[in-house]
Amino acid sequence: MWYKLVLFVLMSIMIYFSFALPAPQQQIGESSRIFYYHIPQAWICVIAFAMSMFYSIMYLRKKEIKYDDKAAIAAKLGFIFCVLATVTGAMFAKVTWGMYWNWDPRQTSIFILLLIYGAYFALRGAIEVEEKKAALSAVYSIFAFVTVPFLIFIVPRMVPSLHPNDSIISEDLKFNIEGAISLVFFSALALFTVVYIWLFNIGVRVQLLMRKQLEEEDF
Amino acid sequence: MPKASSGLLSRSLAVYFKDLRLELRTKSGLNAIMMFGVTTLAVVSFALGQSGLSPKVLSALFWIIMFFSAMSGLAQTFIREEETGTSLILNLTAEPNSIYIGKLLFNLTLLITMTTIITPMFFVFTDASTDNILPFLVVLGLGVFGLVAATTLVAAIISKASVKGALFAVVSFPILMVLLMVLVGATEKIFDNESLSAVSSELQFLIAYVVVMTTISLLLFKFVWRE
Repeated sequence: MWYKLVLFVLMSIMIYFSFALPAPQQQIGESSRIFYYHIPQAWICVIAFAMSMFYSIMYLRKKEIKYDDKAAIAAKLGFIFCVLATVTGAMFAKVTWGMYWNWDPRQTSIFILLLIYGAYFALRGAIEVEEKKAALSAVYSIFAFVTVPFLIFIVPRMVPSLHPNDSIISEDLKFNIEGAISLVFFSALALFTVVYIWLFNIGVRVQLLMRKQLEEEDF
Repeated sequence: MPKASSGLLSRSLAVYFKDLRLELRTKSGLNAIMMFGVTTLAVVSFALGQSGLSPKVLSALFWIIMFFSAMSGLAQTFIREEETGTSLILNLTAEPNSIYIGKLLFNLTLLITMTTIITPMFFVFTDASTDNILPFLVVLGLGVFGLVAATTLVAAIISKASVKGALFAVVSFPILMVLLMVLVGATEKIFDNESLSAVSSELQFLIAYVVVMTTISLLLFKFVWRE
């Protein structure tokens, strides 16, 4: 219980300072404050995806259904954060580039991540038998994850026509963060991670209770 | 069927020739994939005609036709095993690696056959032209390899699910999207009459993609097949 209280207090302080401090990137102006929220969301999205793949590998090795549950919950949360990151990213793009969507490489990669999550859930929905569902979706999640390095490291360097606003994004990565701004940013990263872990644990508990209920109904 | 002691290649070829013989009996897979290709091509042609399309539009249209044709037929070989109930017997007589390689070769044959017929038709119907026949064939060949390498494992997954048809395209697309982006870019350059060296980074990507996808599929296939 106590860590939720700490989280509440720290999160409030973080949100306050994210608006009280001067904008992190003077050139872009006030809209650059979104980076305190957008980057942690994108970070959780990738973490969740990696966790989902990790549990998928664990399932294929151990064949225990709890790993499949965890992989699915991580994917679900990853999908939510992925949507949030896409929406905040599009808002930022509208303000700075004048368009919500322009197939910048980062927008492309997050779009494909969303598609992968979508396909993963579509696949899970289409398989009835539990073990079959677990094994096949685990294979798919690993297979899809392999394409991500292509997406993030290779394609952006190859298709320059796809990212006319590259300068803003690469500046984004090299944000001149120091002092108070970097403190707020990294605490935002840490706090969002704690929120994710909390949600993940709730998801695992709910799944466990649902399994118990199903077992009792069977008897 | 050759003995289990014979090499991986000959066992894979046994699976391949079995599928090829089945296909030649009915030609169902090839018919579906061909007709789909022709239909899409016809739609493209009468909607846009010979209106002097730009290289960008042409290359996009070409790979849209290729993608949807591939989606219409490449899952057939696994779905047939499930529908006729022969997957169990295949499981007893061959190990996963040789099944995967056999199926991969079969899908490759199917798509190459389709491509050799559709591509000249595409040039005729849309009035596309390029001076770089050889670079075009290289990109096309690697594109076909890439499509097959990435979708064969997905086809195996799909054959075990309940709604197979629609799901195959949906589940393959996120994996193929990177490939298609690069292919469209490379083909556009070739339609613009640029030389092979202009697409060298695309070629490197395509080779890497084919190798990575085939390797990871080989590693994962046994988990799908044993289900």
